Amino acid sequence: MSRRWLRVLRTPLGLTTAALVVAVVVLAIVAPVLWSDRAEVYDTDNILAGPSGDHWAGTDGLGRDIFFRALVASRLSLELALAATVIGVLAGLLLGTAPLLLGRRLGRLVTTGVNIAVAFPGLLLALFFAVIFGVGATGAVLAIGFALAPSFARLVQTLVAGVAALDYVSAARVAGVGRVRILLRHVLPNIAEPLVVNATIAGGGALLAFAGLSFLGLGVQQPSYDWGRLLFEGIGMIYVNPAAALAPGIAVLVAGLAFNLFGESVAKGLGVSAVGGVPVPATSSRLTGHAGRRDGTDGSTHMAMAPSDLVLDVVDLRVSFPGPAGPIRPVRGISFSVRHGEALGVVGESGSGKSLTALAVAQLIEEPGRVEADRLEFRGADLRDGPRAHRHLLGTSMAMVFQDPMTSFNPTRRMGSQLAEVAVHHQGMTRRQAMARAVDRLRAVRVPEPERRATQYPHEFSGGMRQRAMIGMGVMGNPSLIIADEPTTALDVTVQQQVLDLLQAIRDEDDVALVLISHDVTVVGEVCDRVLVMYAGRIVEDLPAHQLQGGALHPYTRALVAAVPDMRTDLDQPLAVVPGRPVDPSDVPTGCAFAARCPLADDHCRTVDPPLAPTPTGSQVACWHAGEPLELDEGTGELVEAKS
Amino acid sequence: MKELRFDDVTVRYGTVRRPFTAVDGVSLVVPAGQVVGLVGESGSGKSTLARAAVGLAPIHSGQILLDGQPVPRRGRVRPLQMVFQDPYSSLDPRMTIGESVAEPIPPGSSRAERREEVARLLALVHLDPSVATALPGRLSGGQRQRVALARALAGQPQVVIADEITSALDVSIQGAVLNLVRELQRELGLSMLFISHNLAVVRYVASHVAVMYEGRIVEQGPVEQVLVDPQHDYTRELLAAVPGNRPTSATPHAPRTRSTS
Repeated sequence: MSRRWLRVLRTPLGLTTAALVVAVVVLAIVAPVLWSDRAEVYDTDNILAGPSGDHWAGTDGLGRDIFFRALVASRLSLELALAATVIGVLAGLLLGTAPLLLGRRLGRLVTTGVNIAVAFPGLLLALFFAVIFGVGATGAVLAIGFALAPSFARLVQTLVAGVAALDYVSAARVAGVGRVRILLRHVLPNIAEPLVVNATIAGGGALLAFAGLSFLGLGVQQPSYDWGRLLFEGIGMIYVNPAAALAPGIAVLVAGLAFNLFGESVAKGLGVSAVGGVPVPATSSRLTGHAGRRDGTDGSTHMAMAPSDLVLDVVDLRVSFPGPAGPIRPVRGISFSVRHGEALGVVGESGSGKSLTALAVAQLIEEPGRVEADRLEFRGADLRDGPRAHRHLLGTSMAMVFQDPMTSFNPTRRMGSQLAEVAVHHQGMTRRQAMARAVDRLRAVRVPEPERRATQYPHEFSGGMRQRAMIGMGVMGNPSLIIADEPTTALDVTVQQQVLDLLQAIRDEDDVALVLISHDVTVVGEVCDRVLVMYAGRIVEDLPAHQLQGGALHPYTRALVAAVPDMRTDLDQPLAVVPGRPVDPSDVPTGCAFAARCPLADDHCRTVDPPLAPTPTGSQVACWHAGEPLELDEGTGELVEAKS
Repeated sequence: MKELRFDDVTVRYGTVRRPFTAVDGVSLVVPAGQVVGLVGESGSGKSTLARAAVGLAPIHSGQILLDGQPVPRRGRVRPLQMVFQDPYSSLDPRMTIGESVAEPIPPGSSRAERREEVARLLALVHLDPSVATALPGRLSGGQRQRVALARALAGQPQVVIADEITSALDVSIQGAVLNLVRELQRELGLSMLFISHNLAVVRYVASHVAVMYEGRIVEQGPVEQVLVDPQHDYTRELLAAVPGNRPTSATPHAPRTRSTS
């Protein structure tokens, strides 16, 4: 918390504005104490004088020193702005939290009222209040305060609504916690940061607004004076002594800027909070770019078929991101290949590097991420040349399906034209041909009424239908590889089955290879021929899918399989659990990364990392104790070394 | 523990002119000390039914009874507690684990008593009592879901409603949470409504199962009976969709052995 605020101070703008704010506040406190007398002295010899050694900014009509008056005026200016801000923030808080406290009907009434008030111009509102409350400082404070209130109320309402919809507030309501207590304990602490930031910015605004009102003669009246009042007095003699108007003008400018920019830099500093762990590249936004990259340079030089029947050949793939303490390596050297028409499953816990592997292959890792490999070939083309060199090949021959199809489509464009775009850019079709192809492909992925569906927008599709359309987009070209990253995790079981069936059908029809990434061993076991099990950025086991049940050798694979209940699970036994936590990619231990959670681990495991080695059954496994007997501890559910 | 009974419950959203019936005349009994699984696709109304029971969704008609008495939907004493799906949003990031767990503890106990109760509950869900002073950010998904279970138990509930409590978790953690649910049920004799879209999970924890489809319950009964001899088409479809449960599978499965060796 405090570290985040400190980070704000580390930026040049944050530090400068923070210093300025402190300086202005200190000035407001000390100036009247130190210089009140000098600001009030009538120097009758120097009436309306210009700048001089005695009077740096000249004197006013009564011979008073304008420079010192501007300094002393800082307290009143700040006090009034502060008072107005407090009124505005308090009124905003009351109005903004009212919907939560008052319940649905009354709350809606308040919301409507605030919405109308927000639409009303703020300055006009201030002028209106100034007339009602009378000309003078009190009226102006109330006027600016209440003019601030609607926009602040609106902000509070939005923030409150966002937090109130979260499960922890529901949980508190279920626990019988009252509304006021929910507001104080759960809602306000979680919206405090943006509120403080916005109040600071509003303070700067109030300062400027006050100067404006006083300048118009609607604010502070004689004999009191603030910066606006001084400006008002100085402007009359601007041709005689420009400094008389400039001094208070600069004061307003500096103070206003200080508050506004300080608020902004705090907002920026706190807003870009560091997300712990590995930065996840923005995959979805890149996807449409991937499919619809413009001016597709001809990549046909790389289209020559590979001599072998390998679609994808990866040797020693590594992905790294810069971290505060040296690079973080979520993928630490993995090798695998995919043959034509083969279905390869990749399983592992979140953070095992399975998704990053897929993104690296699809050339979707963004800066500052780095992809390195000894070999990274897709249909014979060397992908290490970078995505630009192969955009045509990638656009037509490799398809990517993501977990959440909603974020993979542009919500403002019709489905048909989004699919057609791929064919227009990569296959050189005309719009009409491409549209026909899109409808044909939607039919191929079993979207009912494809002609009508093509004219609809993404939000009109259900989750399962969108996932089909996503796959349809992938098969707009003639892909030889489909990479599906958790394609069914967000879907219902019945829909999941349909999508898996669809992927299977596309494979059978066109001999397409599939890389299916999932955390669900049962799904992978059902669809794939071969399974890679990943742990901490390495492949720990590579085995035929039918060996998953019973034939797995690595203790991690065995625990994963035994952790998932299926329709034949023994109800008298606990499910297997993997004790401990997954490895943090920024802190990978020496030796076998799984050793800390492994029942078979010994000192050798903790010092020497086992290589991925072939086994007699035709699989590969990275474990010094592969296949040693394990049994289920019925008390804890942990797999333990068999006592025999 | 008491029996929870939904009696012809209907939940409607939307305006008077365009009403949307999320739950349509559902009658369901969770017998005392039993776990009833509620399965169905998203949008079938299973979560809405749960939210209606704990007062988070308005009931249009019908009654929700606890041993024949209407369930209190307001006030401090809540005999129904709920565990939510996403352990990352169900714990207040600014409250310590101890504060979160203590929140539903009925009022009237001293500070020391509450602290003791929190420690007891955390031990019950196999967490070290020292996590009470930690913020949820330091905990893994599985640990958070344990905290959420402890919080639900802190309200001394007669019935616990678990709404898809494992679907946001990694499979390796899911097993541990399911083990815990079964253990708590056995030790405390909890009555529980266990909502899930995964039939294999429901089969593992529940004794009865109800299948919900488009706001109605289309089939219910003991787990063995419904899963072995499903009567409704939708139940059959659900069963066929469980991965690894299809008569003809793409790859041959080796004979399954429980204790991997």
